[in-house]
Amino acid sequence: MLRQIEGSRAVAETVALCRPEVVCAYPISPQTHIIEAVGAMVKAGTLAPCEFINVESEFAAMSVSIGASAAGARAYTATASQGLLFMLEAVYNASGLGLPIVMTLANRAIGAPINIWNDHSDAMAARDTGWIQLFAETNQEAADLHVQAFRLAEELSVPVMVCMDGFILTHAVEGVDLMTQDEVDSFLPPYEPRQVLDPDDPVSIGAMVGPEAFEEVRYLAHLRQLDALALIPSIADSFAVLTGRDSGGLVHPYRTDDAEVIVVALGSVLGTIKDAVDARRAQGERLGVLGITTFRPFPRDAVRDALAGASRVVVVEKAFSLGGEGVVLTDVAMALAGRDVALHNVIAGLGGRPITQGAIDSMLGRASTGDLGRLTFLDLDESAVSRERSRIAAARRTGPSAENVLYDRATQGSRVAQEQS
Amino acid sequence: MTKRPVRFYQVGSFAVGNRLLADDQRTVQSDPNRTNSIDSGHRACQGCGEALGARYALDAAMRAAGGRVVTVNATGCLEVFSTPYPETSWRVPWLHSLFGNAPAVATGVAAALRVKGREDVRVVGQAGDGGTVDIGFGTLSGMFERNDDVLFICYDNEGYMNTGVQRSAATPPAARTATTDAVGPEPGNVFGQGKDLPRIAMAHDIAYVATATVADLHDLEQKVEHAMTLRGARYIHILVPCPLGWGSASSDTIRVARLAKESGLFPVFEAENGRVTSVSPIRRRARVEEYLRLQRRYAHLFGAHPRPDIVARLQDIADENIARYGLVNDETEDVPALEDVKEMVH
Amino acid sequence: MFQVRIHGRGGQGVVTAAELLAVAAFEEGRPAQAFPSFGSERTGAPVVSFCRIDDHPIRTREPVMSPDAVLIQDVTLLHQIDVFAGLAPEGYALVNTSRSLEELGLAGLVTSLPAGHVATCPATDLALEHVGRPLPNAALLGGFAALTGVITLDALASAIGERFAGAVGERNVAAARAAFEFVHVEQERLTSAATD
Repeated sequence: MLRQIEGSRAVAETVALCRPEVVCAYPISPQTHIIEAVGAMVKAGTLAPCEFINVESEFAAMSVSIGASAAGARAYTATASQGLLFMLEAVYNASGLGLPIVMTLANRAIGAPINIWNDHSDAMAARDTGWIQLFAETNQEAADLHVQAFRLAEELSVPVMVCMDGFILTHAVEGVDLMTQDEVDSFLPPYEPRQVLDPDDPVSIGAMVGPEAFEEVRYLAHLRQLDALALIPSIADSFAVLTGRDSGGLVHPYRTDDAEVIVVALGSVLGTIKDAVDARRAQGERLGVLGITTFRPFPRDAVRDALAGASRVVVVEKAFSLGGEGVVLTDVAMALAGRDVALHNVIAGLGGRPITQGAIDSMLGRASTGDLGRLTFLDLDESAVSRERSRIAAARRTGPSAENVLYDRATQGSRVAQEQS
Repeated sequence: MTKRPVRFYQVGSFAVGNRLLADDQRTVQSDPNRTNSIDSGHRACQGCGEALGARYALDAAMRAAGGRVVTVNATGCLEVFSTPYPETSWRVPWLHSLFGNAPAVATGVAAALRVKGREDVRVVGQAGDGGTVDIGFGTLSGMFERNDDVLFICYDNEGYMNTGVQRSAATPPAARTATTDAVGPEPGNVFGQGKDLPRIAMAHDIAYVATATVADLHDLEQKVEHAMTLRGARYIHILVPCPLGWGSASSDTIRVARLAKESGLFPVFEAENGRVTSVSPIRRRARVEEYLRLQRRYAHLFGAHPRPDIVARLQDIADENIARYGLVNDETEDVPALEDVKEMVH
Repeated sequence: MFQVRIHGRGGQGVVTAAELLAVAAFEEGRPAQAFPSFGSERTGAPVVSFCRIDDHPIRTREPVMSPDAVLIQDVTLLHQIDVFAGLAPEGYALVNTSRSLEELGLAGLVTSLPAGHVATCPATDLALEHVGRPLPNAALLGGFAALTGVITLDALASAIGERFAGAVGERNVAAARAAFEFVHVEQERLTSAATD
C-alpha cells in the first residue's frame, strides 16, 4: 500500500514484515527512529514472536545478534557512524562466522570532529568486513532492500548491511509502497540455519584456526561473496516480478546507452544527479548516470559493462581515503583497467554538506569542457583552508584546526551580514 | 609443629570424600555417565586450574539441565586450548565470538531460545578474568542489568595468561606479571582499589552470585547446580590457579587454591538478590605468607631483599576479607606461628 | 514543482508542519517530499523544514534554496536569519503574527511580491484558542492553504486527523480552519485594495 511515510518508519515496518526474531537496539542518530518503531511494535505485540533487547553499546548490539543468529534466530539491528566503528570487531566476527544478520546503516560521518550528518565514511570503513553492502537510492528502495537482504543473507549465510543516507532518507517523508505480509512471506522463506547451537547435535563454532587452514576459510568467504554477485540480480528479478519495482540488483544505469560522460554514485544523491543530467541533456549533452546499488561485493563486470560507451567517467562520492582518493573511485578504476577513459573523482557531501543540483551542474560543465581535474572537493571553501594552513605555518601552538575553521566561518559570516545590513 | 586433631574432613576444607556420601550426593565427576563436556585431549598446561574448574562446572551444569546446555566462550586460554584446529574438546554446543562480548553473545543465544520456545535449553557463558573483569565488563554489566537468563562463569587466574602473563584488573597487588615487573620500590602490581567482581555482580541484585575455588570441587558443583535451578542472570567466580603465570608447581594447584581461601585472600561465599546468604568459613586459618611463598610471582617479597612491609599489606587485605564476610568461626583453627609457616613451606 | 520552506524554533512543530503538508499533498494524489534541516537542535533553537510538492516523482535531495513559499512560525527569527533567502519572485510568504507586516518591518517584502502573496496569520493565538497549546504549525498550514491554494483545506484536515488522533486532531483542524478563514479574508482585502 502506498503511504506517505518517514523513511525510518517505512524501513521499520518492512523489517517487521520480515519476521525478525531478535532485534537489538542501541541509540545513535540518525538510526534511532527505525529502532524505536520496531521496539514499539514488539512492545505492542504486533511484531511477535520477537525479542527486542535494549543493549548497553553497539558492540553488544552486534554481539547479541551474533548469539541469536548462531542459535538459529533471524536477527536484525541498526546503527550508524561511531556505532558501526564501536561494533566493528563484532561486525567482522559476524561475517567470519557466516551468520546472516541484517543491519541497517543510517550513513553518517565519522569524527573527530564530531558530526551527526550524512556521508558514507562509516560504510566505507566497513568495506572489507565481509558483509554485503547494499545502498538505497530512495526510501522505497531502502524498504525493499531489507526484504531482499534477509533472503540474500540467509541463502548465502553472509550478513548484509543495508545502507541508507542518514537524515536525507531516514528522516524524509515521502511516498513508499509498503509490502503486505503475504507478499513478504511469499518472498522470504523461514530461516533455515546452516549451523546452529543445538544440544541434540552439539557443534563447536568459532574455534581457533591456524595457518594450516585460515587461508582456505577466508577464500571460501570470498567465494560466497562472488556467489552473491550472481544471486543479487536474480533476487532482484524475482522481487520485480512480485512487486513490479526495480529495487536492488548490482547497478542501476540511467540514460547511459549513448552517454559520453557517465556520473557514478551511491545512494540518495543519485536523484539530484539525475535531475542535473536531465537538464544538461535537454541542452544536447550526452550524459548518463550509474548508480552502484551493490558496493560489496563490488560488481566489477557490471560496472565495466555499464561504462563501456563512456569516454569520461565522474565518480561522485561521500567518503574519502585520506592520503589517497575516493574509495569508490578506486574500485571503478579497477573496473575500467585497460580502458582509455578519463576518470574524475568528486568528493561531495562530507559531513552533511548539501549537494546541490547547481554544484553538480557546474561540475558537469567543467567535465564537458575538460576542465575538471582528477580530484575535486565539491564546494570547498579554499580560503578557509588556506587561512588555517598559513596559521599553522606561522606559529606552533595554533590550537585545534576544526575549531579554528569554525571560528573563521563564524566571523566571516558575521562580517558578510554586517556588510549587507 | 603443633599437633592437630584428626577431623572428618582431613583435607582441611569442608569437602567430604565421595565414599562417605550417598550415591545421589556424590560428585558429578564420580558418575560414569557424566557428560565430559570438555573431553580429554585438550592442550591445557599441566596442572591448569581453569581446565579443572571448567570441567567440573560444565558437567555439573549439564547434569542440572538434563544435558540441555549451550555454552558461549570468550577468547582466552579456555577457548584456545580446547579447540586446537581441527579438533575440539567440547561435547556441548559451543560458540566463541570475541574477547569482550561473551556475556552479550550469551544474551543473544538466550533470546533466540526464548523466542523459539526452547527455554529448556540453558545458556552458560564463560570467560577468564580478562574477559570478565576488564574487556568484557561492559557487556557483563549489561547482561546483569537486563537480568538475561544466563549463568556466567568467570575462571579467575588473576591475569592475561593466554598472552603471556600480563596484568589484569584481577591481578592482586604485588604480584609480578610481564607488565608489572618485580623491580623498583613498589615491585609487582600496584596496590590499587581492586575490582571485586562478585561484589559488583551483587550490586546488580541478580538472582545468584557465588565464588568458589578448585580446591573444593564439590562445593563448586553444588553452586553450579543451585545456579541452574534459578532463572535470570547468575554469576559464579571461580579461582583457578595458573601454574605458568603464578609460578607455582603444577602439582600444587589445589593446594594454592586452598591457601587462597584459607588465608582469607579469596573469600568463598554465596549471595542471592544482592545479599550474602552463606560463607565457607576458614577451616585452618593460614597466613598469606604460606600462600605467597608457593608462587614465584611473589618471590621478590621473600628473596635477598625481603619486603615484610608488602606482605603485611597483603595480610591486611586478607584480614579485611575475613572481617567483611565473617570467614572465621568457632571451629576455625588459629593461624599458625610464623616459624611453622616457614617449616611447612620448605 | 512547488517548494516550501518553514522556519520556526525547536518545539514548535516545524518538522511536523512539513510532514503534514506532504501528507496533505499525498492525500490529493500528488508526490511530495518533506524533510527537516537536520541538526542536533534543542528546544528553542532555530529549525528549518522543507516540503516539495509536484505532479511527478521527486528525485532531488538538495535542501530547498529557492522556495515558492516561506512560512515563518516565529517572528523572532526575522532579524536573526535571512528567512526569505532565495524566495521566488512570484513566491508566497506567510508570517505567524498578530501584528501587521509594516510593524514587523516587512513592508518591502509586500511590495516585492505580487499582490496577495504575503499574509499574516495569528496562528499561535488561534492554536491557543482551539488547541490550548502554543503550537502554531497546524493553524499556519490552514493559512498556507488559503494563501497559495496548493493544498485544499480538506486534504490538510485529513492529514492532521491522520497524525493526531481524536480530540487533539479535531482541535488542530479547527485551528487550521480558523486560520484558513482569517487569511482568506485578509487576502481578499489586500487583493481588492491592490485593484483599487
